Amino acid sequence: MAVMEQLILTVMLTSVPLVFAATGELVAERSGVLNLGVEGMMLMGAVAAFAAAMGTGSPVLGILAGACAGALTAGLFAFFALGLATNQVATGLALTIFGTGLSGLVGAPLVGHAIDGLPQLHIPLLADIPILGVLLFQHDIMVYLALAMVAVTAWMLKRTRMGLILRAVGDNHDSAHALGYRVLAVRLLAVMFGGMMAGLGGAYLPLVLTPHWAEGMTAGRGWIALALVVFASWLPWRVLAGAFVFGGITIMQLAGQARGWTIAPQFLSMLPYLATIVVLVLISRNRQFALANSPACLGRIFHAGK
Amino acid sequence: MKKMLATLAVGLLAAISGMGAAGAEPVKVGFVYLTNPGDHGWTYAHEVARQEVEAHFGDKVETSYVENVPEGPDAARVIRELARNGNEIIFTTSFGYMDPTLKVAKEFPNVKFEHITGYKRSANMATGNVRFYEGRYVQGVVAGMMTKSNKIGYLASFPIPEVIQGINSFALGMRSVNPDAELSIIWVNSWYDPVKESDAAKVHIAEGADVLAQHTDSPAMLQTAEKAGVVGFGQSSDMKAFAPKAQLFSSVNNWTPYYIGKIQQLMDGTWSTGEGPDHWAGNTWLGMADDYLVLTPFENMPADVKAAAEAASAKIKGGYNIFTGPFNDNQGNVILKAGESYHDGNLWNDMNYYVEGVNGKIPG
Repeated sequence: MAVMEQLILTVMLTSVPLVFAATGELVAERSGVLNLGVEGMMLMGAVAAFAAAMGTGSPVLGILAGACAGALTAGLFAFFALGLATNQVATGLALTIFGTGLSGLVGAPLVGHAIDGLPQLHIPLLADIPILGVLLFQHDIMVYLALAMVAVTAWMLKRTRMGLILRAVGDNHDSAHALGYRVLAVRLLAVMFGGMMAGLGGAYLPLVLTPHWAEGMTAGRGWIALALVVFASWLPWRVLAGAFVFGGITIMQLAGQARGWTIAPQFLSMLPYLATIVVLVLISRNRQFALANSPACLGRIFHAGK
Repeated sequence: MKKMLATLAVGLLAAISGMGAAGAEPVKVGFVYLTNPGDHGWTYAHEVARQEVEAHFGDKVETSYVENVPEGPDAARVIRELARNGNEIIFTTSFGYMDPTLKVAKEFPNVKFEHITGYKRSANMATGNVRFYEGRYVQGVVAGMMTKSNKIGYLASFPIPEVIQGINSFALGMRSVNPDAELSIIWVNSWYDPVKESDAAKVHIAEGADVLAQHTDSPAMLQTAEKAGVVGFGQSSDMKAFAPKAQLFSSVNNWTPYYIGKIQQLMDGTWSTGEGPDHWAGNTWLGMADDYLVLTPFENMPADVKAAAEAASAKIKGGYNIFTGPFNDNQGNVILKAGESYHDGNLWNDMNYYVEGVNGKIPG
């Protein structure tokens, strides 16, 4: 039992960066903007978080720094993709390359240092419940922040006027514009929110999972987050579930190896991507399903004059 | 025909630029790195050595490097570019650069190529390596004595000869002191993915391992060990700063004598690929005895374990061949009988098994 408990705990923690980054990207995409720069924004968040935590000795300031760095990096994307109406795919890819490079450059003096990282909370009484206590009530603050952000995002998108406007902009920017909504302003905010969340996801690495900074330490998690948004068919709670599925597959294959299963680890490493492709196929087969959540204007450039 | 002419032209150009550089011009040295020097592991060790090359030769050399070069066909473009830019000797620092290096070496017959950790050679391409597995034998001895659960966890990157040699050497060391210890392997399918390395370490710990070893590059595993209160070994460079209580020692790769030696040979006109009747003996493959592999101080262990580690180190430095029988593979087949030993070629060609004490089987 203790083994399972530890494995589930590992799955939960390894999923946190994905939950943050994918929820943020989901909001950006629901507003109609495809930002492929998640990996770059995560790395900027990671390096800023580590630098702030190391410099001030306060991991909480690290969280703030990570969020700000992510949002600022996203602002750069918005300047080009929204302000200058450049191609979103190309701009997003460029942002990933830029973020990887810049984070490595500014992070060079930080290499070789370690920090203590965020402490685990111990919620009184609840933390002492067998099993559930360990799984639910002894995490660091960012775990709860991630869950809260998913809940807020789901509520915001579905139940609020702000969410309605955001979805309108993402589904038909011309109509939204005709109704008097400021399409680019809405998208700017959505992209900055996405960047902030990616920054938080990145910050979780040096603040909790692996308390050091190393260039390129996200190792492709930004891309998995992008796949996760599609896997979740643009619904926040499914992002959370999907992140656990992706994380679960990773940990399952590692545990399987430790137990001497004979299934090839290469195959299991491939599963998250395979699952995404299966979901894409399912979506494209069922038009109703696709129309329900997929933003119709995703990746399309908006010109107010047209 | 056109292609041949082009190759010829490129070759001529290289020859001319090679002649030009024979005067007082500094010798241009190129390096190809797998990741960035900030990994604090494999590439970092190469970068340290490159800087020491500059310090040693001063104005006589001009070095440059390209980082984050993926293994595979794409690497050929980078290597070719370095050759075109007038580098007279090019070090390609990862196993997966072997075929691309070979290809470019044929196009630039006047440039010297040094490929690291491979086995293919040509007229102007040599191979260099460090006997990493020697340090892993000492790790195995320490792990076998330190473990209380008799479960030791190992993170591996890719199933290539160098990694298999390391696993088997570790297990032989481990079983030499503790016949009940079991080594379990997790392949993370990456040289460098801190989160996955940390996840794999957590899985090992959850499954009961109390000593961890790694053949991946980041300090994530040791940080995880530190937090969980278990111990382990660092890789490629000293990782004590990340895990002051958990690091038993690190095997540090020291490429400096190899780089300086080879560049000096080039300057003196004595550079050779070392190819001879015995292909495997031509490898520049040195280990602890020549300081190509250096172990950091033994720490966080009781005095008797430390003494055993020092004895094992001394034995290896004295020329002990780790792969000496008797030992079996983990299926019970006899690999070597008492008195038999492997020679270098066997390490590359015949080691497609785990020795006794390792769980599971090699993937793929």
